[in-house]
Amino acid sequence: MNIDFSEQELAFQAEVRAFLQAELPAQTSEKVKQGLRPSKEQTVAWQKILHKKGWMAPNWPVEYGGTGWNSTQRFIWETERTAFGAPEVVAFGVKMVAPVIYTYGNEEQKQRFLPDIIQSNVWWCQGYSEPNAGSDLASLRTAAVQDGDDYVVNGTKTWTTLGQYADWIFCLVRTGGPDMKNQEAISFLLIDMKTPGITVSPIYLLDGTPEVNEVHFDNVRVPVTNRIGEENKGWTYAKYLLTHERTGTARVAGSKQRLTALKAKAANTGDGGQVLSENPAWQQKVAEVEIELLALEYTELRTLAAVSTGKAPGPESSMLKLIGTEVQQAIDELNVEMAGYYGLPFVPEQLDDDYDGLMIGPELAANSAPAYFNNRKATIYGGSNEIQTNIICKAILGL
Amino acid sequence: MDFSYSEEQQMLRDSIGKFISQDYDFDSRRAIVDSDTGYSMEHWKTFAELGWLTVPFKETDGGFGGSAVDLMVVMEEFGKGLLVEPFLANTVLAGTGLSEAANEQQKQTLLQPLMEGNLQLAFAFAEPQSRYQLADVQCSGQIEDNQIVINGHKAVVLNGEAADKLLVSVRTSGQTTERHGISLIVVDADSAGISHRAYTNVDGHRAADIWFDQVTVPVSNLLGEADKAIEIIEMVIDRAALAVCAEAVGAMQISLERTVEYTKIRKQFGVTLASFQALQHRMARMFMEVEQARSILLMAAMEMDRLDGRAPRALSAAKSRIGKAARKVGQESIQIHGGVGVTDELDVGHYFKRLTTIQYQFGSTDFHTARFAGS
Repeated sequence: MNIDFSEQELAFQAEVRAFLQAELPAQTSEKVKQGLRPSKEQTVAWQKILHKKGWMAPNWPVEYGGTGWNSTQRFIWETERTAFGAPEVVAFGVKMVAPVIYTYGNEEQKQRFLPDIIQSNVWWCQGYSEPNAGSDLASLRTAAVQDGDDYVVNGTKTWTTLGQYADWIFCLVRTGGPDMKNQEAISFLLIDMKTPGITVSPIYLLDGTPEVNEVHFDNVRVPVTNRIGEENKGWTYAKYLLTHERTGTARVAGSKQRLTALKAKAANTGDGGQVLSENPAWQQKVAEVEIELLALEYTELRTLAAVSTGKAPGPESSMLKLIGTEVQQAIDELNVEMAGYYGLPFVPEQLDDDYDGLMIGPELAANSAPAYFNNRKATIYGGSNEIQTNIICKAILGL
Repeated sequence: MDFSYSEEQQMLRDSIGKFISQDYDFDSRRAIVDSDTGYSMEHWKTFAELGWLTVPFKETDGGFGGSAVDLMVVMEEFGKGLLVEPFLANTVLAGTGLSEAANEQQKQTLLQPLMEGNLQLAFAFAEPQSRYQLADVQCSGQIEDNQIVINGHKAVVLNGEAADKLLVSVRTSGQTTERHGISLIVVDADSAGISHRAYTNVDGHRAADIWFDQVTVPVSNLLGEADKAIEIIEMVIDRAALAVCAEAVGAMQISLERTVEYTKIRKQFGVTLASFQALQHRMARMFMEVEQARSILLMAAMEMDRLDGRAPRALSAAKSRIGKAARKVGQESIQIHGGVGVTDELDVGHYFKRLTTIQYQFGSTDFHTARFAGS
């Protein structure tokens, strides 16, 4: 048992650093370091750079274009990527639908979809939640009725993150009859967003951004060949995907980077003739978050180490999601607290790339409260933290 | 990076686990706690025969290896069985002091018999006023003519009554809280001028307050250099803190298991307690506390083995987080058991007691949070 990097791992770390140093666009990293979302163009440009290097899909099997990295290499990559301010890749394609396609899709589907995902030619979004199906996802009502070689899809999906950019959507739809058990009546469909009958309407969140959408389906015709796997087996595939989704949601490296920035900023924030970083009450709060994050880092490393020995990411990933999001939200709040009065002004235009007006408030302050409001979503999405707790009770404690 | 145990560590783990399941059930433990000595000499001999008493020591000193990870493996298992034999006092506290500061002759006369189970030691470092400040030493050691004369009072010395010899921190120069001027001295427990009041702690471990009145020992009883012991003492206490962190993780593991099992059996309102979501979610929290505690323990043990100076910060992170977890898991295990949880007859209450005392040994949760923040 030891935590030292081997010679090869140190060499890999050097290679990662050199790559990020040389290839990461400065404007993109500046934005990421301020906690802002890069534009669609900036994101796609970066993902294409990653693909050129062969590092777009560390989570994929090597035969489909994965990197073959072990858990330590992935840890190094995440740590360095975050420290340099490189954007996280958009998860919907490469991390969410792709594992379902290469695990449960047929050969033709793999050939058709995977290359465009790894090359970032196609932007995917997720069609799971519905206005009346949140935590109880299996109660979804968007229906797909077969008509010849097509399904005809009707219904509404919601909380569709960045659906406004998307070319394709992967959906859970109900194909079984009303008398069938929900979990055995759902299929997994891939739908081209340009198909007639689809409309996307934005939902504005508490930070004023249209990050999510409602997607309406009105007699949308989808070829049956776009169904992944068997009819009415979609729930199984989705559950598999959810476990994959959760392993990334701890965002340990991101939280570490944010805490480092917070501590540096607190050392330059006035506090009654002293600096905030010297205030014992503040120190105590920051230390507690930092310690929790340190523990979580090792919980994640332990989980990754288990996965690399061949085990699937199991119910432990629920714990990573749960504590990871709690830590993220604790940092959100510390940022607001540090901003003091400058947590109040809402001047979103000064966060734009082309803003050249007067800046209101110090660095990190302008977006502190909007980010805090927005990120209350973290403990709700991906299966709310209460759902994760239920999973721990059932799958780990046998309750 | 490697999170797996070596074959030797695995064997050590198995052998302690086997001992506890065969020879250390709750009733046997209770009999040991209630006995005159407060620990079983027979078990202590067994520990020596099985080599457990050599674990924290270097191979060059005749030990098992001396890594913090090894020590963690042992203490986690001891925590599962709530062992009261004075391993912490002898092997971890006094043993680390000897291993770090003793000269060859002292190693021969003290460390060897300690590893063989033939010598009982105690490490007397705390004083009534010192709380967790290791440099707050008032107990005086006056060096004159090749002799040291000791006067003062040491508080809550683990194994203080049974010990044949005491390792005592004394002020040989400087002011009360000064780091410079502290020395470690080996003192025979039956020296003239020593008096003690022995007692059992709330967790079943034995301890004593010890008074020194003109106790005179030769200068050759100095452990390491005069006036320069503070760093040794800090190292000893950090090691002991790691040990009790590991013990807590083992004890929490059992507390959680016992609680989950109990709710699956106990019925109220015609259904098992396990069917109530209010209780399920509390147990899920307990589970996460245990896992986070285990993670940060691994981190601290591995950092300690790196010997690059970062151990104190890592240790403080672990002691702080594990202290928090120990409190949560201990209290919740009692609450979820209900009335029977506060009775003496059930083992969960005894795990709770040990989990509580660990929070206040070798630096409290708040002490270590502050030390982490300041590092």
